[in-house]
Amino acid sequence: MKAKDWLGFVPFIGMLGGVPFVNRVEPYVLGMPFVLFWIVLWVIITSGIMAVVNRLDPANREEERG
Amino acid sequence: MNIALVIIFVFLLSSLFFGIRAQKGKDMNMEQWTVGGRGFGTIFIFLLVAGEIYTTFTFLGGSGWAYSKGAPSYYVLAYISLAYALSYWLLPPIWRYAKRHKLVSQSDFFVSKYKSPVLGILVSAVGVLAIIPYLVLQFKGLGIIVSEASYGSISPAAAVWIGVIAVTAYVMISGIHGSAWTAVIKDIMIFFVVLFLGLYLPFHYYGGIQPMFEAVHAANPDFLTFPKEGMSISWFISTVLLTVMGFYMWPHTFGSVFSAKSASVFKKNTVILPLYTLMLLFVFFVGFTAILQVPGLKGADGDLSLLRLSIQTFDPWIVGLIGAAGLLTALVPGSMLLMTAATLLSKNVIQVLIPSATDKQLPRIAKGLVPVLSLISLYYTLNGGDTLVTLLLMGYSLVTQLFPALLFSVPARPLVNKYGAFAGIASGVLTVAYVTIAQVSVGTLFPSLPAVIKDLNVGIIALFINVVMMFAVHLITQQLFAGKEESMPSEEAHQPVS
Repeated sequence: MKAKDWLGFVPFIGMLGGVPFVNRVEPYVLGMPFVLFWIVLWVIITSGIMAVVNRLDPANREEERG
Repeated sequence: MNIALVIIFVFLLSSLFFGIRAQKGKDMNMEQWTVGGRGFGTIFIFLLVAGEIYTTFTFLGGSGWAYSKGAPSYYVLAYISLAYALSYWLLPPIWRYAKRHKLVSQSDFFVSKYKSPVLGILVSAVGVLAIIPYLVLQFKGLGIIVSEASYGSISPAAAVWIGVIAVTAYVMISGIHGSAWTAVIKDIMIFFVVLFLGLYLPFHYYGGIQPMFEAVHAANPDFLTFPKEGMSISWFISTVLLTVMGFYMWPHTFGSVFSAKSASVFKKNTVILPLYTLMLLFVFFVGFTAILQVPGLKGADGDLSLLRLSIQTFDPWIVGLIGAAGLLTALVPGSMLLMTAATLLSKNVIQVLIPSATDKQLPRIAKGLVPVLSLISLYYTLNGGDTLVTLLLMGYSLVTQLFPALLFSVPARPLVNKYGAFAGIASGVLTVAYVTIAQVSVGTLFPSLPAVIKDLNVGIIALFINVVMMFAVHLITQQLFAGKEESMPSEEAHQPVS
């Protein structure tokens, strides 16, 4: 496994591993109870991580060049 | 006939029209019918993979869960986005292998990787067994939507019949091309409807998202966080992990992977798809808003919360648009499910058992099976009763049992042999069947354990047995049959069905 592949574990650890520590209603963030906000935040981070992974993937660059 | 119904029927007819027109100019052989000639680019794959997520279950069930269960509903958001991330690593090797070997179904993949048609029959049996309750769920949702939006003038049964006839017709004629085009209309509709409802309703009734949550919190302080027992944090984590594994094991999702034009299509989609799941957030907002506005919906009636609240709030023409979007959320997945089940049965069961069936006859057999499967599902939709949720959960646990055998087959040479794969899937599936029928949970098995372990999703046990059996049988048969090939006894293949 290459370095970029290890990034794939980060969303799992962040979203699932964090929940036991953030299972509360307050503070509200963006109008949402904190635990819901935590999950939403990690959905967005997941997307960001996948953008980085895509960038680091040499296979994608070759395909774009044709 | 009210304006809501008129709008719903206009959408039904136009999706039927687009669905049938989609196959024009294409020779509908098996490869075109089931995998669109492997020509779908990023956008179609996005809509097919994303489209299957936004089914009636998300639309009605997502708001229903928020309404009746509260925080545990968040799990949907977590597992879908994590499953999309996983797809970056899982789908490209599957797609490449499928293209090289011209595969059209999930069972084909197992047959080809493990060189065992009998394993294909087992995988197909598991797939069809899981698909039927899923179809029933879509039809049932369709009935609820149309009948609610007609303000009671059309019975759920009549609504179900109309929808089933429409979906059967276009699956038979257009196959996956029909689903792809309807998915376009559906996803545009659902996007705006969900966004609008999720913002309008909390602002209309409470003046904002946070005041809405504060009101719910004041009425029930435990509702917005995971409970200490039952659907607790350990339930959340284990259920998310299991459903992530099961996500691509649904035969129709697996099958839509084959329709992609290139492997990079999936990789690019992994960036956008997690963000797309945030739409579910707005579905939850609707459910939470409904708690204090349409109180008293018990049990399965929680699924009505979105429609009841909409009817209470809006003019009939808006209800019509909501109903039309809901109708499409049933039609698109319904058509994919029907087509997949027909393909599995014709190609991976009938053709194996009756080798004289030629490739020319195959598409005809598959299309002939579509109305049969429709009618079976229709029967259970109208006569199923309360067992539906049990069946759906069983469906998800069933397909998850395919994950270990699939994962270990991804390397160029499978890490376990066909006997191991067969034993793993069979034992996992039998465990799920037993656990579901006997209503066992980790808590009833080991009552003295702490809640953290008791609340684990019972599917973990089935998966554990699956993996242990897989390796045990692999190691034993490896020694027994060292060097020589033997076929498996075929009667075992039917066991999980009974």
